Amino acid sequence: MESSFGLHSLRPGETALVKCLNSSGALRRRLLDMGMVEGTRVECLGVSPGGDPKAFLVRGSMLAIRDRDCRDIIVNRS
Amino acid sequence: MGLTVKSTGRGIGRGEAHMLRPRPEDKIIALAGNPNVGKSTIFNSLTGMKQHTGNWPGKTVSNARGYCRGEKRGYVLVDLPGTYSLMADSPEEELARDFICFGGADAVLVVCDATCLDRNMNLLLQTLETGRPVLLCLNLMDEAEAKGIHIDLEKLRERLKLPVVATVARDKKSREKLLKALDRAFDAPAERGETGLSYPEPVEQAMEHLLPLAGEIEGVSPRFICLRLLLGEMEDRVGLELRNAAEEQRRLLSQEGIDRDRLQDMLVSTLVKTGEEICRGAVENGEKGYSQRDRTIDRLLTSKIFGYPMMIALLALIFYLTIKGANYPSQWLSAGLFYIYDRLLKLFAWLGAPTWLTGLIVEGAYKTLAWVVSVMLPPMAIFFPLFTLLEDSGYLPRIAYNLDRPFCRCSSCGRQALTMAMGFGCNAAGVVGCRIINSPRERLLAIITNSLVPCNGRFPTIIALISMFLISGRENALLSALALTGLILLAVVLTLMSTKLLGMTLLKGESSAFVLELPPYRRPELGKVIVRSVFDRTLFVLGRAAAVAAPAGAALWLLANIRLGEANLLTALAAGLEPLGSLLGMDGVILLAFILGFPANEIVLPIAVMIYSTGGSLTELGELTALAPMLRAQGWTAVTALCVILFSLCHWPCSTTLLTIKKETGSLKWTALSALLPTAIGLLLCAGVAALGRLAGLL
Repeated sequence: MESSFGLHSLRPGETALVKCLNSSGALRRRLLDMGMVEGTRVECLGVSPGGDPKAFLVRGSMLAIRDRDCRDIIVNRS
Repeated sequence: MGLTVKSTGRGIGRGEAHMLRPRPEDKIIALAGNPNVGKSTIFNSLTGMKQHTGNWPGKTVSNARGYCRGEKRGYVLVDLPGTYSLMADSPEEELARDFICFGGADAVLVVCDATCLDRNMNLLLQTLETGRPVLLCLNLMDEAEAKGIHIDLEKLRERLKLPVVATVARDKKSREKLLKALDRAFDAPAERGETGLSYPEPVEQAMEHLLPLAGEIEGVSPRFICLRLLLGEMEDRVGLELRNAAEEQRRLLSQEGIDRDRLQDMLVSTLVKTGEEICRGAVENGEKGYSQRDRTIDRLLTSKIFGYPMMIALLALIFYLTIKGANYPSQWLSAGLFYIYDRLLKLFAWLGAPTWLTGLIVEGAYKTLAWVVSVMLPPMAIFFPLFTLLEDSGYLPRIAYNLDRPFCRCSSCGRQALTMAMGFGCNAAGVVGCRIINSPRERLLAIITNSLVPCNGRFPTIIALISMFLISGRENALLSALALTGLILLAVVLTLMSTKLLGMTLLKGESSAFVLELPPYRRPELGKVIVRSVFDRTLFVLGRAAAVAAPAGAALWLLANIRLGEANLLTALAAGLEPLGSLLGMDGVILLAFILGFPANEIVLPIAVMIYSTGGSLTELGELTALAPMLRAQGWTAVTALCVILFSLCHWPCSTTLLTIKKETGSLKWTALSALLPTAIGLLLCAGVAALGRLAGLL
């Protein structure tokens, strides 16, 4: 079974696979540069004390991405 | 992050490197790599230079260049800003790309992070595509090993067909290895590197149409040029025929639904996938980048409950150690320096020097210098290393991560927290550091508000005043530290409020998207931290202060001894400022000191003391301990001290900072605003506190 959802709903400790990016502009470029292409594994590591952004593990690096921007990153549960 | 010689130095311009070759056989090597892979450390170890390093991405904001000698020839190294790609979407990327392609580089040393090699492959493959000879430097091999990552160098060498050197950035042997590899690469330039890149069908088809028309430009491969042309870049580098053909191909691609964005996606996806393919079997993954240890630390330092308290506690701890530790050396220093002062007076008297000369040199220049050194040096020598420890450990980006939400609410971003932290070292360095903020609007917000956090030049004054007037007793270092922490929190709140205010008025806009890389924690090297922070920062900042203090002292003495009717010029000026000063809970002398202290904040308190002591009513005064009673005799109360502290926190930035702001923004308007905003806040705060103090009968 495969269900797609925005990266923002990934909770700490959960992992998912990138399906596609709906982001645009500089953010899209940045995410691609960090290796967020289709099929890339993403793990949610934690939430900032302010509640936003969240930290994700992508290809060995830890990235902080805001909730708002995560909505455009569509993932599949792995 | 102190102001180092280089942090305000000029970056290298395009093509400038042509002129840098000391000898014709020397080679120019561009150092490229993702942010925070230890590029600057490699650069330093090769060139023996002290380019500032730190464990956070975006450290190198301008290109540094250095020179080192191999066995057969010398190498001019150019440290490019860290980039993930050469697609030229940001100024750094464009600069890196242009330097690699047209800056005259003979080869590119691509520094990769061995702990997450596949992410670094994107840049490596793009660099290979340019056709420049490439050397791969796998850095941080020790960290990779610790994480159980094993890299088969032979396999990588075989697959990429280029020289591969494994390094540990802080190791002497690595330097030798790199130099040898460079020597070898130029002795027999056989290996040119291979990417094995093959883009999706429509792209390759378009390329087939363009390639026959294209040739090499300054050694850049036709393939790379055609790819850029398809992206609509580098058009000014090629002839009309090729440019038209490229336009035609772009039109055809977009008919197939492949616009620029889609094309970029396709290219990057291919690069990433190819990178993955190359790494497969050559890299055995252990813990992959983020270790269990880091997880545990992060769980604590960025936790919902402990995140903010830990930040404040760390700040308080640093202040506590600074205040506690600075106490005694400060006294020894002032005792020593004023002992010399007495000797100097005697020496001048023995030599029969005229009074004006003794006054100018000893009572003016030397005495002010002695004050500045004894007030400044000890706190700085403790604060800077502690701060450098934090910086090297990788905690600073966590501050940005923790504080992104509040800054986002004020229409800015967490990176401003980073530049704010840099401001603690030196506001000028903080302003330069604002280059890490991509959005021009948010960058301006960060620049304008940067001087609201006290720099190292202001800390000693603030610390001295807190412990003299607000928290009495030397044993109360902890309370003093807490008071100082409170003050810093006020500074942060003021920063947030002014950011919000600016964001609602002059710099309207939504906060832009935010992706921040959080590097792994690293154990700082104590020895290096101390050496670097003392020599690079402490002595540099102190030297700057001293360079200002000595002439300022001499000038002060002159002002104090030029008669203007009854009073001297200095007291006349102070008297003129008296009404405004007293409205602000201070006096004319203090205000005059702030104005005269414009070249460097460090000298404000010493200047005030000088003016008081040359006022005539005072006998000569010696040590630091004598300062408090002397100030009290001038009518200082706790409220006065508080107002001075607040005004020190919020007034015009020093001349260096303002010049830097002018340089960074290129606009007089924003520079003026950067001076007016904190001054206005300071005036309001001080007037308010003074009014309250008067009501309570404390003033």
